[in-house]
Amino acid sequence: MSENSENAGRLDAVAPAIELIGISKAFGPVQANKDISMTVAKGAIHGIVGENGAGKSTLMSILYGFYKADAGAVKINGVPTQINDSHDAIAAGIGMVHQHFMLVDNFTVLENVVLGAEEGATLGPSLRKARKELKRLAEEYELDVDPDAVVEDISVGFQQRVEILKALYRQAEILILDEPTGVLTPDEADHLFRILRNLKEQGKTIVIITHKLREIMDVTDTVSVMRRGEMTKTIATATTSPEDLAEAMVGRRVLLEVSKSPAQVGETVMQVIDLSVTDMFGVKRLKNVSLELKRGEILGIAGVAGNGQSELLEVLSGIGAAQSGEVNMQGEVLDISPKANAGMRRARGIGHVPEDRHQRGLVMPFMTWENTAFGYHNAPEYSGRFGLANQRYMMEDARGKMQRFDIRPPNPQLVASSFSGGNQQKIVLAREIERNPDVLLVGQPTRGVDIGAIEFIHQQIVNLRDAGKAILLVSVELDEIQALSDRILVMFDGVIQGERMPEDTNESELGLLMAGVDPEAKS
Amino acid sequence: MNRNLPKWVDLGLIPLLTLLLAFSVSGLVVLSIGQNPIRVVQVMLQGAFRPIDGIGQTLFYTTNFIFTGLAVAVAFHARLFNIGGEGQAALGGVGVTLIMLSYDWPHWTVALLVGSLAAMVFGAAWAAIPAYLQAKRGSHIVITTIMFNLIAGALIGYLLTGPLQADGSLPESATFPPAAALPNMYEILGWFGIPFDRFGLVNITVFIAVLAAFLIWVLIWKTRLGYEMRAFGHSEKAAIYAGISPMKITMVAMLISGALAGLMAVNTVQGEAERLVLGAVEGAGFIGIAVALMGRSHPVGVVLAAFLFGILAQGGAELQFELGIPAQMIMVIQALIIMFTGSMENMVRIPLEKIFLTTGKKGAA
Repeated sequence: MSENSENAGRLDAVAPAIELIGISKAFGPVQANKDISMTVAKGAIHGIVGENGAGKSTLMSILYGFYKADAGAVKINGVPTQINDSHDAIAAGIGMVHQHFMLVDNFTVLENVVLGAEEGATLGPSLRKARKELKRLAEEYELDVDPDAVVEDISVGFQQRVEILKALYRQAEILILDEPTGVLTPDEADHLFRILRNLKEQGKTIVIITHKLREIMDVTDTVSVMRRGEMTKTIATATTSPEDLAEAMVGRRVLLEVSKSPAQVGETVMQVIDLSVTDMFGVKRLKNVSLELKRGEILGIAGVAGNGQSELLEVLSGIGAAQSGEVNMQGEVLDISPKANAGMRRARGIGHVPEDRHQRGLVMPFMTWENTAFGYHNAPEYSGRFGLANQRYMMEDARGKMQRFDIRPPNPQLVASSFSGGNQQKIVLAREIERNPDVLLVGQPTRGVDIGAIEFIHQQIVNLRDAGKAILLVSVELDEIQALSDRILVMFDGVIQGERMPEDTNESELGLLMAGVDPEAKS
Repeated sequence: MNRNLPKWVDLGLIPLLTLLLAFSVSGLVVLSIGQNPIRVVQVMLQGAFRPIDGIGQTLFYTTNFIFTGLAVAVAFHARLFNIGGEGQAALGGVGVTLIMLSYDWPHWTVALLVGSLAAMVFGAAWAAIPAYLQAKRGSHIVITTIMFNLIAGALIGYLLTGPLQADGSLPESATFPPAAALPNMYEILGWFGIPFDRFGLVNITVFIAVLAAFLIWVLIWKTRLGYEMRAFGHSEKAAIYAGISPMKITMVAMLISGALAGLMAVNTVQGEAERLVLGAVEGAGFIGIAVALMGRSHPVGVVLAAFLFGILAQGGAELQFELGIPAQMIMVIQALIIMFTGSMENMVRIPLEKIFLTTGKKGAA
């Protein structure tokens, strides 16, 4: 690797760090990458944006040796390089930080860094060497992590640093980060960007894959846009705008802001009092949470994933039980014991768009007409003669929903897994919204959903609010919370850390609350 | 975007090719013991389809395998792996025996109805305990059902040497009253004036097996219970989200599964032996697993696969008789079929997917 770069340096002082020439890759009938060429200058931070399935991850996986391109060539520092597996990639000086970290949870930071790069028969010398190297890297790049901490005990932000350290320890000159901020608080994300700028100053080349346009604008020098397997645009970041990038991603003009009128807030529909949840390991996930949900409002719950939002949704939707507390709905006490189930909640007029549509919201191998009745399948209109299901009606019903929610392709016989993320989410949304619930619980409505569909989904949620329904929105995307909510609660470590009105707050204040800091207490 | 293979490939070509592979390897094994594979196939097919006593016997075995295959298939739709068909069928036999010996049944129709009910109740009851342990305590159903096979074997051993043993030294129950005997196929066809082999053991139960296959098809794909079972089978989390009780589905699926396995006793205990003997199930419970795997848990597939295993069972017996090939040989062939159709299917599937999906792409382009 070092030989390569030295040679390249001598051959051509300005050779780009990465040069992809005519890369194509197909999976069966799906052309994931079509004749893609891309150049990243040495020492640049380059962003790649695109919707889900646009081919970003495939392209980077080819660069990292996970997939083999059907056609095309790769040059690293001007030298044609054959990358067949991750060993070749590492040898060529490429490191990758995956969206889902590849760490051994019960190993220490040091052991994780060394893993796969051990030398000799005993671990001792490698660990000593790594310890020294980690210290140096920590000082150089603001990458301090306790080398003896066990990975499962440190926060996600620190885990990500371990991933970066792993790559640097293997002497990566080029660093690829796949959706690096998906799991971070705004504060942690800022720290990450500082690290990346430090790395850049030291001459490292960085490629970031993301769908967050704001980050692209903040941190990158150049940006490439991918759409349907093709690279539609590569441009200097300074000369573009989020709107232009969004248009290049979707192929049409997109509203990045949600248009909504002021909320007409009515009486309280649901009241949560001192709700506490302890999980099977005895960890308190929800600590005396109280909130009120009113007609005609969208109550947004912000927070980094894993701070109790999921448990709150589970108890309210009847999936999980609470150990103590009370939930009232329109004057009636809801069962929150383990005897409760989701069917009872539906009967009370509570709809639920779950956080995880793959595992919960849809049965992936079911056809759309089976999924559009899911959870309501015992309703009288779906039952036919002799105790059989009324499949003809289910089919008709699905057709109507697909048409009204613009679900494409509009064929009720297709299985859920054959739809794009946005269309899958629209199936769930159509099912829940068309039951006309008094309360709609919505978890991560646009996770893994393309920009074009986000606009539509947000509009549907706002329409339901305008129809006088109460909506509880849980999202880890702060942008989404700010854009949709009429009132914001921030959760941290199972506690409601603060309540703000969207017009009276800003991202940095919410970010502090999400990290467990109370900005008012500090001042 | 759809990456699925055409249905005829999935349900037709793949099983056919895996079977061919299994038979080719079996042929090599036959060669290695110095026999001519072609001759072996000849003898097997003749044995299985010979009009006198062959086909009747093949259909008798097929009936057993339909019941045990459906039992595994039904549970599998709820992602429960019921390995306990052997024990549930054995208990079904106990149920049939108890009810048959308790009353002097006036006519076979009544006896068939009551016998079937008893077989189902006993089979279901034997499945209920592992099901409850799974649903309530999370005890793995594969382990518990295997253990219950052993317990069933011991229980029957005890019953046939104790409470149920008829006079004499053999471990058998008393013979059922003559009016309870089920009509054999030659009698049934005789009513319509069609001559049929009198020695094959196939009896009226074969129709019950086919009816059961149809009812299971209705259950799985046309009823809301089947819908809930399939949803639970694909994703327990999704089922809970939809308000489906995992406890209920686990219990119901296993009760139906056990009842189906139990029904096999109507064929063997009531139809064939007319008394309870040791080892009445003869491994049919386990073959049911292979049948369900090969039939891809679809009732039609199960019936076809059961027929194939019926041919193997009857033809295999013939091999032993005609060519002196040991019975173990036929087990090797069965094992090869199970291996190829069950666990090595991807060997055929992946190349086929390549062929079909790439040609599909070219067609589209």
